[in-house]
Amino acid sequence: MSGQVISTDVLVIGGGLAGERCAIEAAAAGHEVIILSLVPPRRSHSCAAQGGMQAALANCVKAEGDNPSLHYLDTVKGSDWGADQEVARIFAEEAPIAVRELAHFGVPWTRVKGGSNSYFIKGERVDIDEQLENDGLIMHRDFGGTAKWRACYAGAGTGHSALYAVDSEVVRLGITVRDRAEAVALIHEGGRCWGAVSRCLRTGEHSAILAKATVIATGGHGRIYGQYTTNATINEGMGAAIALNTGVVPLGNMEAVQFHPTALSPSGILVTEGCRGDGGYLLDKDLHRFMVEAEPEKQELASRDVVSRHMARRMRDGKGVETEYGPHLWLDIRHLGEEHLTTKLREVWDICRDFAGLNPAEELIPVRPTQHYSMGGVRVNKDGEAYNMAGLFAVGEASCWDMHGFNRLGGNSLAETIVSGRRVGRRVAGFAGSENLEVVTSVALDAVKAAEQRAGRLLANTGAGPGAYEIRDAMGEVMIGKVGIFRTGDELAEAVSGLRALHDQCDQIVLRSRAPGMNPELTFALRVKGMLRLALVTAMGALARTESRGAHFRSDFPLRDDAKWLNRTLVRWTDDGPELSYEPVGLLDLPPGHRGYGSAERIEMEKTIEQYNEDVVGEQAVHGRLETEEEPGSRIRWGDWGGQQ
Amino acid sequence: MPAKASKNRRLKFEIFRYNPQDPESKPHMQSFEIVEQPYMSLFIALNEIRETQDPSLQFDFACRSAICGSCGMMVNGRPNLGCRTQTSDLPDVITLHPLPVFKLVGDLSVDTGTWFREMAESTEAWIHAKEAFDPSAQEGRMDNELAQSIYDSDRCIECGCCVASCGVANVNGEFAGPAGLNRIARFAMDPRDVREDADWFEVISNEHGVFGCIGMMACHDICPKELPLLEVYAYLRRKALTAAS
Repeated sequence: MSGQVISTDVLVIGGGLAGERCAIEAAAAGHEVIILSLVPPRRSHSCAAQGGMQAALANCVKAEGDNPSLHYLDTVKGSDWGADQEVARIFAEEAPIAVRELAHFGVPWTRVKGGSNSYFIKGERVDIDEQLENDGLIMHRDFGGTAKWRACYAGAGTGHSALYAVDSEVVRLGITVRDRAEAVALIHEGGRCWGAVSRCLRTGEHSAILAKATVIATGGHGRIYGQYTTNATINEGMGAAIALNTGVVPLGNMEAVQFHPTALSPSGILVTEGCRGDGGYLLDKDLHRFMVEAEPEKQELASRDVVSRHMARRMRDGKGVETEYGPHLWLDIRHLGEEHLTTKLREVWDICRDFAGLNPAEELIPVRPTQHYSMGGVRVNKDGEAYNMAGLFAVGEASCWDMHGFNRLGGNSLAETIVSGRRVGRRVAGFAGSENLEVVTSVALDAVKAAEQRAGRLLANTGAGPGAYEIRDAMGEVMIGKVGIFRTGDELAEAVSGLRALHDQCDQIVLRSRAPGMNPELTFALRVKGMLRLALVTAMGALARTESRGAHFRSDFPLRDDAKWLNRTLVRWTDDGPELSYEPVGLLDLPPGHRGYGSAERIEMEKTIEQYNEDVVGEQAVHGRLETEEEPGSRIRWGDWGGQQ
Repeated sequence: MPAKASKNRRLKFEIFRYNPQDPESKPHMQSFEIVEQPYMSLFIALNEIRETQDPSLQFDFACRSAICGSCGMMVNGRPNLGCRTQTSDLPDVITLHPLPVFKLVGDLSVDTGTWFREMAESTEAWIHAKEAFDPSAQEGRMDNELAQSIYDSDRCIECGCCVASCGVANVNGEFAGPAGLNRIARFAMDPRDVREDADWFEVISNEHGVFGCIGMMACHDICPKELPLLEVYAYLRRKALTAAS
């Protein structure tokens, strides 16, 4: 029924790992929680994470000496110093707890087998004796950009097992899940969020869900790249879009877009980094292992941004395998053998068979870099509170917390979902416990009415207007063509004007279906304008950032520039359109330096670390950072870099 | 197997249509024709039909890589995931129905979420832990082979294909169904769960549990994740017998 109003203590928008873990924390504290999810929660895209979850447990020989400080160090280097270092520190210290908690929830982690084990390391078969005293502890595999083997895994279905375990806790606690439901607008007034307008994807009806605390946990927005993404069809970024639509909440670092080196060509389906972690190679069309010269130290296991650029260059230099769908390179895991491939990489085996018709024990896998992860998202403080909006929180890929900066390390996102879900969930619980629901019903009903009118206007459009799917396809082509791995000022300027034009067409979309109920065409048409806003601010951020950092690479400004650009892009959608501003990345503990892979050349910062740090707290407050429970910097362990830098 | 070369076949789709939200809608079959492309899955084909021919067509896809379990449907009378079904493996005429047993949302879309949540609640499909989680403690140990066995059952993606294929589940709404039995086995074999054989006896040993299965084993044949369901039922029957003795 239209105009229905429901009240709860906590509303979590998104039923993936981050949202559910957050919901568990709030429910366990005694709050009434509602989870809204586009799909039954176990179908959320967290389930597609394959290879692992980073946590410095140091359980196997190749992980000896590992500790949270080294994990922190790898994470900051991986981010190309774009991360908030305090958040990276909190993350690295709590990741071991998150992995062990998942074991408590039932994840069947792959375990250490004491005694002789055979591995592939940098192209060589190596026999290593795992210590008998570590037998049965959680095992690690190697991943990109890390000093130690650190990724904990359950076969190649780590995200699936983690999501099922966490969702089983949601069921145990009796948390209400409204699946097939979408948040289409936030209900807010005077800088305070009071819940969201929900559209039912069974009936198409709108209702208001009022909440003391609202959490955005809708995952990434890879579908702004159209079909050129590993992401699920549901990763359309509507959580970030409704936050942007408030006009006051900024998104952070939207230009930081990760391309995963090994998506299956042409379908774009992810093939885990665990393949290279377990010893797989990248080959060009001449079956040459080009990464050995490109990155002598890390080889195939440099960070994703670096490997993707080497691959893109290789293909640009004519060393890709040409097909009617464009060029690709090869991933070779034949030498790992069938037993390894059907156990530790079982999901890869299935994907190769089902989607490429090949046997990876005998054949090469066609791969190419493809959009994979959104480092950018709803900008929040270290407690997960959105800038400029009390009562609004964000967790996981939907947020910019910001431990990933300009490049996320493989396995760090799964760990982030649980670490941030636990922490932000605790803050949400505390917040909901101290607040009353003090919103006049008319604010909620007006928001519902506005959403209904928007749908009504689209249904009423007639004539020769554009179709929603054509606009989507045009957006995807602009994004992959001009806002991809290599970017230039000219192309980005074209992207901005092209995306702006597409955005302005969205209100003229003419639907061909007026079917009662959820109407899949209407459902998508309601989303595509938000997607275009995310695409446009991504392109604008990329155009303005005249340096190269992490995944953001400007061919016309190829150096990282710590003098001018050691900052985070913020973007708000004002009455006059998008407005960019910049805040410091956060308090610096680890001084900017060389990552140990990729280019060593950079423009040094002019300020001292002390000078930089002096302005951080004040400048972030000016940009809307809400006050945190503990003062900024409280969790930094100054100079504790695990015995090395 | 995905075919690398296009045969440019004209494919005829016969698709079940019914929109419960539309008082005028009546269940019927509707025909569509498209030209086959290389690597064409039902994910690609159905989206093409919706985007170019009938934008009201309802179906569910999310990951399109056979891991989320959204897209179970009857393909020429046999349940499968739409995303991993390649048109090159199918004849010129492709008939699609929604999965039976589950409540219809519209056209090919069914409500598996409610069914699986109820199953999880009725079988208490979560770890019944000995004690609360201790964040300062090292993880409990587990033999890797046992972890692998649990993982083998944990791989179920709750797509509902087995339930749709099950003769018993189709007529007995109380039957746990293949996915439900697998879920029970997954927790029963997990030493982190304190439930004993006697606790499981009630859940397993009546006509809604493993003895409700009449052994046609379509579930085993069609499971898109190739779960070892034969072994799962044997394990549960043994467990029921030891609990009873």
